[in-house]
Amino acid sequence: MEKISGAKAVVECLKKEGVEVIFGIPGGANMPIYDELFSSDIRHILARHEQGAVHMAEGYARASGKVGVCMATSGPGATNLITGIADAYMDSVPLICITGQVPTQFVGTDAFQETDVVGITTPITKHNYLVKNIQDLPRVFKDAFHIATTGRPGPVVIDLPKDVLNDRFEFYYPENVHLRGYKPTYRGHPLMVKKAAELIMRAESPVIVAGGGVIISGATEELITLAEMTMTPVATTLMGKGAIPENHPLSLGMVGMHGSKYANYAVMEADLIIAVGVRFTDRTTGRYETWAPNAKKIHIDIDPAEIGKNIEVDVPIVGDAKSVLRDIIKRLSPKINKEWVERVNQLKQSYPFTFEDSEDEIKPQYVIKKLNEIVPDAIVTTEVGQNQMWSAMFWRALKPRTFITSGGLAAMGFGFPAALGAKVARPEEVVIDIAGDGSFVMTCQELATSITEDIPIIVAILNNGYLGMVRQWQQIFHEGRYSEVDLGGVPDFVKLAEAYGAEGIRVTRKEDVEDAIKEALKNDVTTVIDFVVSREENVLPMVPPGMPITQILDEKSIKPVRGKVRPKPGVRKREGERRMEIEEREEGAEVMEE
Amino acid sequence: MKAKHTIAVLVENKPGVLARVAGLFARRGYNIESLSVGVTESSDLSRMTIVVEGDERVVEQVTKQLNKQIDVIKVSHMEPHETVNRELALFKIAVEPHERGEIMHLVEIFRGRIVDVGTKTMIIEVTGDEDKISAMHQLLKKYTIKEMVRTGVISMVRGPKILKSEKEE
Repeated sequence: MEKISGAKAVVECLKKEGVEVIFGIPGGANMPIYDELFSSDIRHILARHEQGAVHMAEGYARASGKVGVCMATSGPGATNLITGIADAYMDSVPLICITGQVPTQFVGTDAFQETDVVGITTPITKHNYLVKNIQDLPRVFKDAFHIATTGRPGPVVIDLPKDVLNDRFEFYYPENVHLRGYKPTYRGHPLMVKKAAELIMRAESPVIVAGGGVIISGATEELITLAEMTMTPVATTLMGKGAIPENHPLSLGMVGMHGSKYANYAVMEADLIIAVGVRFTDRTTGRYETWAPNAKKIHIDIDPAEIGKNIEVDVPIVGDAKSVLRDIIKRLSPKINKEWVERVNQLKQSYPFTFEDSEDEIKPQYVIKKLNEIVPDAIVTTEVGQNQMWSAMFWRALKPRTFITSGGLAAMGFGFPAALGAKVARPEEVVIDIAGDGSFVMTCQELATSITEDIPIIVAILNNGYLGMVRQWQQIFHEGRYSEVDLGGVPDFVKLAEAYGAEGIRVTRKEDVEDAIKEALKNDVTTVIDFVVSREENVLPMVPPGMPITQILDEKSIKPVRGKVRPKPGVRKREGERRMEIEEREEGAEVMEE
Repeated sequence: MKAKHTIAVLVENKPGVLARVAGLFARRGYNIESLSVGVTESSDLSRMTIVVEGDERVVEQVTKQLNKQIDVIKVSHMEPHETVNRELALFKIAVEPHERGEIMHLVEIFRGRIVDVGTKTMIIEVTGDEDKISAMHQLLKKYTIKEMVRTGVISMVRGPKILKSEKEE
């Protein structure tokens, strides 16, 4: 049999696993792989920063349900992946991250561009490998893809020393995996399923809380069946958005810190919580011991370690959401808790989910509602902060895998590259990154990627010139001391977009919002729309951290505080229009005199 | 209620597995009282015995988190009344010639052994459960303990039950 190099074997392994696209950047240690990619059919997307590459791979995976593959060189290339790997770990995204490594004889000597990638990534990967012998390479790839994509998905790192890539061997690809320490449970325990069904039939005021696990498992149909059969309202976590169409009459939207009031109240009044594929983070529950105090709790999750971690449960069911829900449904008969349905409807009417719109300025919520109205089927990614929470609140996700956000890690800079990855996965869909001006600049260099790789998306920047969520917390919890949150009105996002060959549109008047969106939709290149929005809009309702989720702050309960900023030397010198404009605005922050 | 729990962990005998397990304990804030590791009856398996302090909830989380590790094959909570627990300790004691007889007598009572005798020091080896080692330690404090090393507990279930990967059962 003909011998091939380790690098060629890498490409062969990827082909065997059906990989069509890789996101990455070449460098010294992974050059042998790039040499093989040169003559391969696999599409490689050249990112401009490894963080961009890994978030693209995540966006690709989240939008498609397939595994995302990214590649970086040793040392700084690998360390630049860290944020994305951690993000994928938190949000259970299947990723294969291939890193180059210094030759094995240099490993451990602090060689040029050497870092201990396995050591660094151990706490943030589902598993990782350093391949020291070329004979192990195919087995590692086979196992890695299996681990990344099965059970609770997650990122797997494969670290490949350069000499292993250059070594030659007779290639084979294993058919099966033999991992005696890894056997995920898919079927729920029959006894627990029976108990759950009994609780559901007995419950008088049940609420389903659906998380990202429902989307990963593809259990939307089963979730809706369960909800409709028993007329049970469904609240979702941030990661669960899209698990049930948000225009469904039983949808309560999001529960938690920035959840709808009616979702929070319904959860707190419930006598049964059916939690499916959720982790019960503090952002969903508020103070743990106060959450859903009167409810029995059923918790379905494929990861046994999530059950009982934060919230004590009555019926734990380890298994795949789709399979477990199916088994439960078989044991149910249609029923309706009339009083509860009425009560929930009453909650919806008493606490409608709205915002105070304005005619004089553009409200960020208005932009999102307009986008949603014009392209309801779009795939939305978000950055992190206010833009993310407004999107979670005002974008109605209708299908799974159409709302893609950095939930657990909440990594600023995620949205734009993730949008590019999503567009690569589903080129026929409109993809919109709902961005903040703070987050977008963290990965905006990927505009270059979007142009050269021809990945046209829309970036809708809700530009308030602040690190807005921090500003909001400073306003509420720090008496308006706006410490280091004013971004000084730079850059000019239209010029920035144009510098890369993208389109830029600035919108300063409410009446132009719609036209700008329509224009962007017509463009065949990435279009950055800089929506200059009201600066001090807050994300409300809001539950302060560590409080029960019924302690909800809204417009009425926040006392108006006039914020103070310390202007930056460069901003003072420039005396840009934006700064003047800000000072002139009555509700804007007061500039401290020195 | 906080107590000491002994957990036996069967793992792949591969480089880096100990680091994974130790790292897991460190980052999740679990306290390792002792940890011992060595090869088993199958050369491709290592077995760790970890003593951890915490309540039932902590032990449950530790067990679940260990099980999540790909290289961990089996995790078992060892119940004290069902298991044999052993630890080995070495004590280096500063000894004057006239004290030797007394110490040898003491060691005999504990079924320990004197494994090294020098002009000024002695090394005593004691095997037993944790309490026995601690008792020996207490008694030897009367003399000058120059050094003490303990292996950490190893544990095995009494009777025919064994710790095995499911596949092989």
